[in-house]
Amino acid sequence: MDFSLSNEHLMVQKMVRDFAQKEVAPVIKEYDRKQEPIPFVLPRMGELGILGISFPVRYGGQGMDYVSLGLACEELEAVDTTMRVAMSVHVGLCAGTLFHWGTEAQKQEFLVPLAQGKKLGCGAFTEPGMGSDVTAMRAAAKRDGNQYILNGEKMWISLASKADYALITVKTDPNPKKPSEALSTFIVDLTSPGVTRGDIHGKLGVRAGSTGWINFQDVRVPAANRIGAEGEGFKITMSAFDRGRYTVASGATGLIRAALEASVKYAKERAAFGKPIAEHQLIQEKIARMAQDYEIARLLYLRAGWMQNEGKRCTREISFAKKFATEASFKAADDAIQVHGAYGFSDEFDVERYLRNARGAVIYEGSSEIQTLIQAGYALGQREDKPLRCEQPAYDAEEWQK
Amino acid sequence: MKIVVCVKQVPDSAAKVTVENGKVTWGDAPLVINPWDEFAVEAALRQKEALGGTVTAVTIGGEGTKDALKHALAMGADDAILVNDPALGTLDTQAVAQLLAAAIKKIGGVEMVFFGRQAIDGDSGIVPAQTARLLGWPSLTLASVIQAEAGAVRVERSTEEGRQIVKAKLPAVLSVAKDYGEPRYPSFMGIRKAQRAEIPTLALADLGIPAPAAVVTWPEVMNLPARDVKCEIIGGTPEEAANALVDKLIAEKVL
Ligand SMILES: Cc1cc2nc3c(=O)[nH]c(=O)nc-3n(C[C@H](O)[C@H](O)[C@H](O)COP(=O)(O)OP(=O)(O)OC[C@H]3O[C@@H](n4cnc5c(N)ncnc54)[C@H](O)[C@@H]3O)c2cc1C
Repeated sequence: MDFSLSNEHLMVQKMVRDFAQKEVAPVIKEYDRKQEPIPFVLPRMGELGILGISFPVRYGGQGMDYVSLGLACEELEAVDTTMRVAMSVHVGLCAGTLFHWGTEAQKQEFLVPLAQGKKLGCGAFTEPGMGSDVTAMRAAAKRDGNQYILNGEKMWISLASKADYALITVKTDPNPKKPSEALSTFIVDLTSPGVTRGDIHGKLGVRAGSTGWINFQDVRVPAANRIGAEGEGFKITMSAFDRGRYTVASGATGLIRAALEASVKYAKERAAFGKPIAEHQLIQEKIARMAQDYEIARLLYLRAGWMQNEGKRCTREISFAKKFATEASFKAADDAIQVHGAYGFSDEFDVERYLRNARGAVIYEGSSEIQTLIQAGYALGQREDKPLRCEQPAYDAEEWQK
Repeated sequence: MKIVVCVKQVPDSAAKVTVENGKVTWGDAPLVINPWDEFAVEAALRQKEALGGTVTAVTIGGEGTKDALKHALAMGADDAILVNDPALGTLDTQAVAQLLAAAIKKIGGVEMVFFGRQAIDGDSGIVPAQTARLLGWPSLTLASVIQAEAGAVRVERSTEEGRQIVKAKLPAVLSVAKDYGEPRYPSFMGIRKAQRAEIPTLALADLGIPAPAAVVTWPEVMNLPARDVKCEIIGGTPEEAANALVDKLIAEKVL
């Protein structure tokens, strides 16, 4: 068993870190305060290839592996969660799902510009009336010749107002035999007539990111834009969540690291009762815990990255990684604020932003409660992975360069 | 146009460099390409993009120093050469310049050689000039704007006094100042190429020179004296604070 990262991984990590630290870290506070996305960030991530990091070169990607995707997410979220959220939806939910389930024609038309970073993608599942209970969705598509007519509203969609394409799951069968067979997934051009959208303001966290709603009013979608078969939408959506959760897990690991680094620095500088607070055991306990949780979160996501490289299904492993890392990141940010005392309570330091940003990930891409149900299902033998009609392609170092 | 860029592997600028038992150490801090050399690679690549040709990165040292070469390759250099030989002892700047000049001659047909302004570990900043001297080429240091055409180069130099414009015939040696422009990040494709690249080693026999001897030695290295700083925060309105500050500065005989 070899736990070391390759030199290639280390260089990817450094490259993404340099970008995030040099270009984004100096301005993030200002935009977070204004609740506005940093205008240059997504174009720059596209230009640098980060938005297409883990797709084969022939599909416009950079040909790196799933571990590199995780490392990139860790580095991005160590600076700000909004950049990792973009990876979760653009790569995890949208482009990744096209790569996994799309036909060659769909890959050429949609995946290539997404992987090149020329177009942005989002994933639209949640609605005003439902989130966790995916089969309860109401947005629907009706077949009309070689088109579908889409109606309904999606809510809490990251990059809603920024994306060019949405990977969207809706109801196509009003009277299914099984609820999970009612759904189908589409790739929709968000400039289509009948699409309106906007941002949600007043969010607790990810304030420099776009989270919004998308309304579909008699939107005509070519039948050729349906991903997979009619009725396959539930399975496709669940596989999209696996991918999204992997990026959330690796990103949250970066947030733990950021909280840890900030705490170590401050604890050495700040003195109380005649010595640096780093020498007080109760502060050490918090720092030790952050350090430990960082290692655990990292091992969990790296294993899931390795499994994806090997082409092994890892819904269960990703669930562990996602739940652990997101909960630990919230705890780490909370403890980091405590280490900083009153200064941690002010946006003069970064740790309060970490706390606000960490909170959402315990809810989205499958809340902690839903992860618990998944994990219990596996442990109790009530749940097992049946082979999918398409499996997410394994990493192939040679093939992906083509 | 054949372009060479000389790079060095150094301790990360965030590393804590100290002296232990008379020896310099940076603990287990990572080694990185000298940050100034990234500017040199950037300048070399931009010349190549403007004029066509190839960029070869060169460094001296053991296997570990190949990482600096890989960084240059990942940024876009075409190939890389390591100069290494078991007979090499401690090198000072003129010994380094002898090896680099020999390597540049060995490569042959080189028209521009780029260096960073200095290495952040040794901080001497004289290897570019020494190498130029050994090659018998002009040395244009601290370049912030570089335009090469028709066998000549025009350079704007960033000096402490201001900007200076100099011209020279090619081949020439240039060192690059920070205001040349931000170096690019390695690209993902470049990273992969760098990891797969075979980096040839030139030994002294290949260079056709004996091991250069250092003429400078370091009889003693010392840690910086510990600084004892007391920080005091003066409160009150800006006016009160300013008055109090001035009083204190006068009392301390600073003013
Ligand atoms: C910042 C942000 C970004 C988001 N981005 C996207 C996006 O890009 N695309 C997208 O489609 N959605 C997105 N979402 C929505 C997110 O996925 C949902 O909020 C999430 O799935 C939970 O759904 P809900 O909010 O409707 O909560 P509900 O499903 O209504 O759940 C409410 C509470 O009940 C719990 N609960 C639900 N069912 C059970 C159960 N069976 N047992 C025990 N407890 C249960 C939940 O865990 C939760 O605590 C985003 C949300 C946020 C906050």
